Amino acid sequence: MVPRSWRKIRYRYDVRGSYCENCGNYHYPPRNFCPTCRRKGKLVETLFPEEGRVVSYTVVREKEPYIIALIELDNGARVLSQLSCEPGEVKIGMRVKKAFRRYGEDGEDGIIHYGTKFVPVD
Amino acid sequence: MIGIVSYGSYIPKFRIKVEEIARVWGEDAKKIKGGLGVHEKSVPDVDEDTATIGVEAAREAVKRAGIDPEEIGAVFVGSESHPYAVKPTATIVGEALGVGNDYYAADLEFACKAGTAGMQICFSMVKAGMIKYGLAIGADTSQARPGDALEYAAAAGGAAFIIGKDPIAEIEATYSFTSDTPDFWRRDLQPYPSHGGRFTGQPAYFRHVISAARGLMERYSYKTEDFDYAVFHMPNAKFPVRAARMLGFSDEHIGQGLVVRAIGNAYSGSSLLGLAATLDVAEPDERVLLVSFGSGAGSDAFALRVTDKIKEFEREPKVWDKIERKVYVDYAIYLKHRRKIKA
Ligand SMILES: [Zn+2]
Repeated sequence: MVPRSWRKIRYRYDVRGSYCENCGNYHYPPRNFCPTCRRKGKLVETLFPEEGRVVSYTVVREKEPYIIALIELDNGARVLSQLSCEPGEVKIGMRVKKAFRRYGEDGEDGIIHYGTKFVPVD
Repeated sequence: MIGIVSYGSYIPKFRIKVEEIARVWGEDAKKIKGGLGVHEKSVPDVDEDTATIGVEAAREAVKRAGIDPEEIGAVFVGSESHPYAVKPTATIVGEALGVGNDYYAADLEFACKAGTAGMQICFSMVKAGMIKYGLAIGADTSQARPGDALEYAAAAGGAAFIIGKDPIAEIEATYSFTSDTPDFWRRDLQPYPSHGGRFTGQPAYFRHVISAARGLMERYSYKTEDFDYAVFHMPNAKFPVRAARMLGFSDEHIGQGLVVRAIGNAYSGSSLLGLAATLDVAEPDERVLLVSFGSGAGSDAFALRVTDKIKEFEREPKVWDKIERKVYVDYAIYLKHRRKIKA
């Protein structure tokens, strides 16, 4: 478990995606092959904008309910992320910003996972 | 000229009122508020801890500095609530900021003064030419045994300072006063700290804070009148007010930094949030006295002189704006947030 999560840290800890200099498309998670340009694609890693808006969401009703939202960032890129707020607070179109939060832990003696979530802009 | 190049702060948005904690324990809220001078305290969200608070405060500092994170050559995180017993918080912060791999790092622990210890180390490293910028963070999600007197004030929050050349506030001088004093401690594997009760005041807090402040003034020839603001560690609102009076400061000198009334004691974040709130309004050439305190025990004193650079520096949102953005929780939600009960 540890090595797999460790390799993803860079893209989880911040919203780093890829940008294709040939067609201008953004991808998150980052790709090393542009799905539009195929072999002509020129991909670079880039830090995405901090804010965006909720395009759609779903409340996952587990032991503790949590929200998964599709967020359109201000560069037009869409990311799927956990939204850290009360289920009653969420609305389509609401402005959100990235936040560094705990994702969970592998039990009391395991690794603590951190990463990017989104929270309402106050 | 070396000093604070940038700063950022983070205060979780949840608050619990002293009345609500007193209600659960059947105590007199008025008496407690009168005794501590604290009305409410900050409570972290279920997915927040010292690492997340440190990252948020540091991101604000990096953004305001307008520097490339890779120019940061050292990361020190001071806390008494590091998420891991063994595994540094500083590396989590460094990775989240995108500092790269080319940096000095360590977690520091000295009760509530570990953040200012980090500032001293960064200051020395910049002065020695080892690094261009150093990042010092003081952050905590402090724990108190439910029902303990500490529970009314033990809060969460943090502040981050980037130390380097061409600062917004020059570190003119720093001095520390340290002794082996067992006023407050937590043994390994114990979830909550223990303390010496009334013993914590005179031989611990006041002796170290006053000695550090006077030591700094004597060694570097300052008088009380040389300072426009004073910020002290704030375990409650009474101690810093009394320390200020003992040194000849008025309430106007310390009011701006007295964040404890509204958010409680954020331990390693306490005096640093007070400093951030003070830098939010300070004008060029004004001088700030900062004195932290860490149980065990020691105090770090700093003489900071605000420079012209502060005029172009982004200071919004201010610490007091963040204090005002709040959502109240009741004791049951508070317990869940503090993970004192298992889900
Ligand atoms: Zn392309």
